[in-house]
Amino acid sequence: MIAVFRDLFRYNGEFAIGFMIMVIILGIAAASFFSPYEPIDSYLVAMDAPPSAEYVFGTNSRGQDIFWQLTFAIRNTLAFGFIVALISRILSLAIGLVSGYVGGAVDRVLMSINDTFIVIPLFPLLVLLYFVLRDDMTWFVLALVMAGLGWAYDARLIRSVMISLRTREFTNTSVFSGMSMPRIVTQEHLPYVLPIVFSTFMNNMNWSIGLEVTLAVLGFTDVDTPTIGGMIFWANQHSAMVSGIWWWYFFPTLFVTLTFIGLFLLSISMNEYIDPRSRLDRMGNS
Amino acid sequence: MTTPLLGLDKVSKLYKRGGLLGREEFRAVDDVTFHIDNNEPQVFTIIGESGSGKTTLARMILNMVRPTAGTIFFKGQDLASIRGGGARRRFMKEVQPIFQNPFEAFNPLKRVDRYLFMTAKNFTDARSSAQHEAAADAALNKVGLSLGEVRGRFPHELSGGQLQRVAIARALIPGPSMIVADEPVSMVDASLRMSIVNLFRTLRDDLKVSIIYITHDLATAYYVSDRIIIMRKGEVVESGPARTVLENPQHSYSQLLKSAVLSPDPHGHGVLIGDSAASQQARASPHPHVSSSEPQVR
Amino acid sequence: MVHIPASSVRDSSHVLETHDLRAYYRMKYFGIDREVRAVDGISMHVRKNEIYGIAGESSCGKTTFIKAIAAAIRPPLEIVAGHVKYSFIKDGLYELPAAERSAIRWRHLSYILQGSMNVLNPVRRIHKTFEDFAFRHMHLGRAEFDLEVKRHLERLRLPAEILHAYPHELSGGMRQRVCIALATLCKPEFIIADEPTTALDVVVQKDVLAMIRETQTEFGSSMIFVTHDLTVHANVTDRLGIMYAGRLVEEGRTADVFSNPMHPYTAHLIASLPKIGDTQPRSALSGSPPNLADPPKGCRFHPRCPLAMEICRHENPALTMLAEDHRVACFAASTKVQPSKDGEQGEMKTLEVVR
Repeated sequence: MIAVFRDLFRYNGEFAIGFMIMVIILGIAAASFFSPYEPIDSYLVAMDAPPSAEYVFGTNSRGQDIFWQLTFAIRNTLAFGFIVALISRILSLAIGLVSGYVGGAVDRVLMSINDTFIVIPLFPLLVLLYFVLRDDMTWFVLALVMAGLGWAYDARLIRSVMISLRTREFTNTSVFSGMSMPRIVTQEHLPYVLPIVFSTFMNNMNWSIGLEVTLAVLGFTDVDTPTIGGMIFWANQHSAMVSGIWWWYFFPTLFVTLTFIGLFLLSISMNEYIDPRSRLDRMGNS
Repeated sequence: MTTPLLGLDKVSKLYKRGGLLGREEFRAVDDVTFHIDNNEPQVFTIIGESGSGKTTLARMILNMVRPTAGTIFFKGQDLASIRGGGARRRFMKEVQPIFQNPFEAFNPLKRVDRYLFMTAKNFTDARSSAQHEAAADAALNKVGLSLGEVRGRFPHELSGGQLQRVAIARALIPGPSMIVADEPVSMVDASLRMSIVNLFRTLRDDLKVSIIYITHDLATAYYVSDRIIIMRKGEVVESGPARTVLENPQHSYSQLLKSAVLSPDPHGHGVLIGDSAASQQARASPHPHVSSSEPQVR
Repeated sequence: MVHIPASSVRDSSHVLETHDLRAYYRMKYFGIDREVRAVDGISMHVRKNEIYGIAGESSCGKTTFIKAIAAAIRPPLEIVAGHVKYSFIKDGLYELPAAERSAIRWRHLSYILQGSMNVLNPVRRIHKTFEDFAFRHMHLGRAEFDLEVKRHLERLRLPAEILHAYPHELSGGMRQRVCIALATLCKPEFIIADEPTTALDVVVQKDVLAMIRETQTEFGSSMIFVTHDLTVHANVTDRLGIMYAGRLVEEGRTADVFSNPMHPYTAHLIASLPKIGDTQPRSALSGSPPNLADPPKGCRFHPRCPLAMEICRHENPALTMLAEDHRVACFAASTKVQPSKDGEQGEMKTLEVVR
């Protein structure tokens, strides 16, 4: 494991950059545990101070230190993305594997549900849910809803990989070696599917963070939990751009962009490393 | 008469092609009847070109595909009555497959020996891992390999010929009475082809295993088989003792197949051209199946 | 049609010459370097108006050799040393600018490949494919071109209706015939045929082979014909080269190679061919072909060779003329065979990449 990590870091530029970005981001998120302020407390420090030695990222019109505010926002945003990705990966893996291997009527039912989820327009639905749930639409409920909506594309992808694996001859060899179906799926086929799960994990995190930021900026989320979108929402509320308080926008935007880039680079480099074909080529001379 | 090892009674398989509109039926296997005696192990060869239904037939005999009509008996048992894991396992203990492409027969990401140990664990009395290894080694010895050469290896570390022999060894572990080999030498290099085919002879003579050898290659079929059937578009056109049929084919399609076999003696290309004229004549023969053979614009 | 055997009009000028051609795959994966010597020092020539067969097993380098002489080199494959020379190009193939190299294709050098579907565009009618491939090389007007295509099909005894068909509407044999027509339309000097009949059924195979032979004779093209199937070589080729592990081990007139194989590998291949009417047990060769990323030292066949001697373990035998038009690389075949001069240090000096 450590050797794999070392190889990736040494020979894959994308991985090295993505990894370093994510270390910085995670470091900032971890700093939230040492924050001198509570995230929702306001009017603690001087208002509208530009970045300086005392307030590295400046302060906002609500009397909050933007650096410490940002540490909470990044932590919450990352945790949000992680939970959405985790739950939706479990869903897409389970549905994709069953649908692809069992086939027949089970496949048809699961895939018609799947296709329904693919065509549902997500954004209006989320806005609608916000107006229905209002204060019940907490950070965690939103994560659950998005996980419930975000599995469909990748379930289809996993299903198609499973179908092609099922028709390969080694599957028949496994059957005639007396292996049971769950065993064939988990031991013979999963190694081909897991790379997809890993790389879509990062992409799914990016997707959910992006959607959360959009909703938050528009005020359709629980704005009392500090997230990156929430910070931009409050900046808008206080017309920060008009008042020239650019740092209130700039730092949240910078860090959410860095998070996107970091996750994307990790996704593509891991994808290349875990891909069965390149794995075989590497095994050929070890 | 004793119960035959394998009996096929008017077996057909229909596939439906196309979507909701314009569904078209396609007879992959059409009313095939034959049986293989249980008295003496034999190499039974099914000859056919692409689209002749020979692979579908093999999959039906292996109980991977159910026939649309007709019944297949193995040692008196109707394959359609095999339901549930236990019954399937008892059937697989008796009938084992060898597939066409040795490079595809094993998962490229897994070690090859795993399949040998799995087979030993699931189909034999061996309980400890030492016993599994002993069973694997014994089977590998029968095909001219040893566990030492195979242990811990991934498929890409072995050659095609080695992999095909490991596949045969795996099929031998349960002690089957029949092996179904679908085009086992078509992807294997010429220098190794004979070692596989010779192995079939040994299995038949020494281990008393009957082999269903499916191929399009008449020359190896002649070399190794006891009985053959020749298939064309799902139907059996000729059957009988291998030597008799191939030396003196009766059906026009069998004659055409035989005339198309290239001789390995170099006699220059002039003969090739002459022969091809002869085969064109053969194709223009009044037999309806043969005249529609090839090539035509639809 | 009066058939004139190629041998009676033999013209000894060479259409293709390779000298000490080496093409390696060089790969890098996460810090692990790997070099596969797929073609390792092949010197041969193809004469005018002959079919030169190349036989060998999978991964013996025959496909790589074709790529090298067709200038279809893409990383990780590299030409490491040697040269390729065609009679219709003044300098070597690899000395030519890339643009001129592609201008030669189809006009002077064409291909017949195994999978006809890789050549024929599945969503274009056949006549469109003919235009895509050949129109700009023929320098003819539209009407003249169409006429020429029709005339060409007629000459090959193919029905003109196929021009309006889509590839999937034709049978596999017919598609392969269309590919042959496509490859010969510009009457190229040189045709490369890579396993052209391997995917076909035996009945069709024979007719397609006959068509290849007739077409080649009629247009006087030279051809390299690659297949692993020795019976096809016996029936089609004039001269035959046997490849093993990236090297040519024997070469001669096809009839001579079959009647008097001098390399033990060739002898074994020929002896193991089964025949209808003959049930004599045939022995099989033990062992398996070497890994080209780490080939054995000396003669690459020695680990499997029944005649291996001490010298075979250390020295690489040079391909030596032992009879008229018959070259063999085996120390056991004759004492005239000497160690190859470009042995180990030869491989060192080849590391400069030839463009």
